[in-house]
Amino acid sequence: MISVIQHLAREFRVAARHKTEWLMPLLFFAMVTVLFALGSKPGDPRLAEMAPSVLWVGALLAALLTLDRLFRGDLDDGWLEQVFVAPGAPTTYALAKMLSHWLLTGLPLVLLAMPLGLLLGMKAGQGMNALLIGLLLGTPILSLLGGFAAALTVGLPRAGLLLPILVLPILSPVVIFGSGAVRAANAGLDSSGPIYFLAALLTLGLTLLPWVASVALRNAFD
Amino acid sequence: MYLLSAIAVDVARGDRALLEGISFSVAAGDLLHIKGRNGAGKSSLIEVLVGLRRPQRGRVEGLQSQQMHWVGHRNALQPDLTLAENLRSWCSLQKLKTANVSDALEHLGLRALRHRPARTLSMGQKRRAALARLLISPRPLWILDEPLSGLDTQGTLLLGKLMNAHLADQGGIVVTSHQPLPGRIARVSVLDLA
Amino acid sequence: MWTWFHRLASPPSFYQFSEIVSPWVLLSALGLLGYGLFAGLWMAPPDYQQGDAFRIIYVHVPAAALSLSLYTGMAVAGIIALIWRMKLAESAIAALAPVGASFTALALLTGMLWGKPMWGAWWKWDARLTSELVLLFLYLGIIGLNSAFVDRRAAARACALLAIVGAVNVPIVKYSVDWWNSLHQASTILKFGKPTITPEMGIPLYISLAGSYLLAGYAVLRRMQNELLLRERRANWVSKLLSEQKQP
Repeated sequence: MISVIQHLAREFRVAARHKTEWLMPLLFFAMVTVLFALGSKPGDPRLAEMAPSVLWVGALLAALLTLDRLFRGDLDDGWLEQVFVAPGAPTTYALAKMLSHWLLTGLPLVLLAMPLGLLLGMKAGQGMNALLIGLLLGTPILSLLGGFAAALTVGLPRAGLLLPILVLPILSPVVIFGSGAVRAANAGLDSSGPIYFLAALLTLGLTLLPWVASVALRNAFD
Repeated sequence: MYLLSAIAVDVARGDRALLEGISFSVAAGDLLHIKGRNGAGKSSLIEVLVGLRRPQRGRVEGLQSQQMHWVGHRNALQPDLTLAENLRSWCSLQKLKTANVSDALEHLGLRALRHRPARTLSMGQKRRAALARLLISPRPLWILDEPLSGLDTQGTLLLGKLMNAHLADQGGIVVTSHQPLPGRIARVSVLDLA
Repeated sequence: MWTWFHRLASPPSFYQFSEIVSPWVLLSALGLLGYGLFAGLWMAPPDYQQGDAFRIIYVHVPAAALSLSLYTGMAVAGIIALIWRMKLAESAIAALAPVGASFTALALLTGMLWGKPMWGAWWKWDARLTSELVLLFLYLGIIGLNSAFVDRRAAARACALLAIVGAVNVPIVKYSVDWWNSLHQASTILKFGKPTITPEMGIPLYISLAGSYLLAGYAVLRRMQNELLLRERRANWVSKLLSEQKQP
């Protein structure tokens, strides 16, 4: 546990030197949402109906933007190879990396989703709660799966487009349950089922994916 | 008592075989100089020795990687962190005490640069910073991959002194270099991969 | 038995084995498929509900079954490749992906052709169709990942990991789409249930199923041979093989 915090401290110190870089996904998310609103009829009530899926897809795409670089820098400057000869477990390092991606990209996106939802005409209430809880559980799944895909492609010179293609199909259940929960809540139904399912997916990912990602990173040296 | 032995090691990079049947031993106070042209497999062999790469065949016996200092051809310096921050985070990764970081930087003439981000430093300065890791805590075996690259005359002489002192302390060194090694070293064996 | 298996697992002997076996596999595949399709398309009686349109089942069901079987096979090969680092398993992953992707695409295509007369639409967001589509994306991702690597061994191990994670994902996708559909509409048209099938219809189906598996097996064997030649192009047995083939 201590070493997760140590790895995280390093990540945050690096991130503090690039403040603007971590604002980009937020800007992207806001712009996609605004463009979607501009693309539909002014004052169309169906916009609020579509809002959950727009916000879900927008947030996932925005979070994908920073994934490509997750391990790349560490591979290039030689930090990654030091991780593999160091006494600690590489899984801890992978977990810390994924966690830092969520804290720096995923969590701010969740916070931004509420004002953007209001902008699209969603009402504060059950639906909004389901959206936020869903995103809170779903964005870490993206960080875990995306971190795994980033680890798979770390040695590749041009992984940019490959990465979302690897991640997005695997993410489809997250989108289905996430925006489904909102619609269920809006319709006055119980939304706890899909939320629990997201929580189960997160638990599954959290137990397996950091380890699988460390195996994938090892692959860069063999 | 050997610090490290390679026994009939075959090294491959991907599906390409690089080296076959490499055997050697390094005892306390010994220096092994690995020579060979570019692409001969020096760095791959080093990666096998430190346990980063699996040998195709054969085995490596002796110290664990936690008892070696490995300076690879990459310096492991994060460009946005300062030199001191870089060395300190390396210490926490290696579970070492950070008390000696400033002494080590001092010793390599980097004291004035310790708060500069690594990206602003020259190649030779970065190389010195990577070599400063050797002094942070004593470990019996040093594994150095082209340590002289980028170093100026002064830096080369300094490294020669450090290596001699380490050998005098009954340490062992494995070093790859296509340049002659600095300083007079008593017990050198050469492994030519040509 | 075990030593025999071990010997077969070395690339040159597998190549030889496959060279001998694969023509027979192809022959029996074509025979079974030919009979199965002929019996299914001409001899079996038309369905009392669907008329002649049901006959696409003789292509659709084998393709759909293969799309899943080949993916499972790829994940199993992936586990073997990662744990035992067997070259044969590594080449199997690279060989299985394009074959599996083709059958998945075929299953989707025939499903759409079947859907048009039955459901009145080319596409329905039915759980099976949607998860089949996601499966196709997974296959394509693996093919893309495989081709992005220069080093074949690293490529195979990366694909192995992706295939395993994907294999865990497929049932989750299936379940999620099921749930998603039940939220929206309780559709009765899409629920086929377990269709009872008369022997006249069933036996040709099983025969063409067997034929398709053999055909896929043939394609995979040949692709594995190719992959092995490419990977081992510096090895002695390949250059010996090539010089033998040049002489006569």
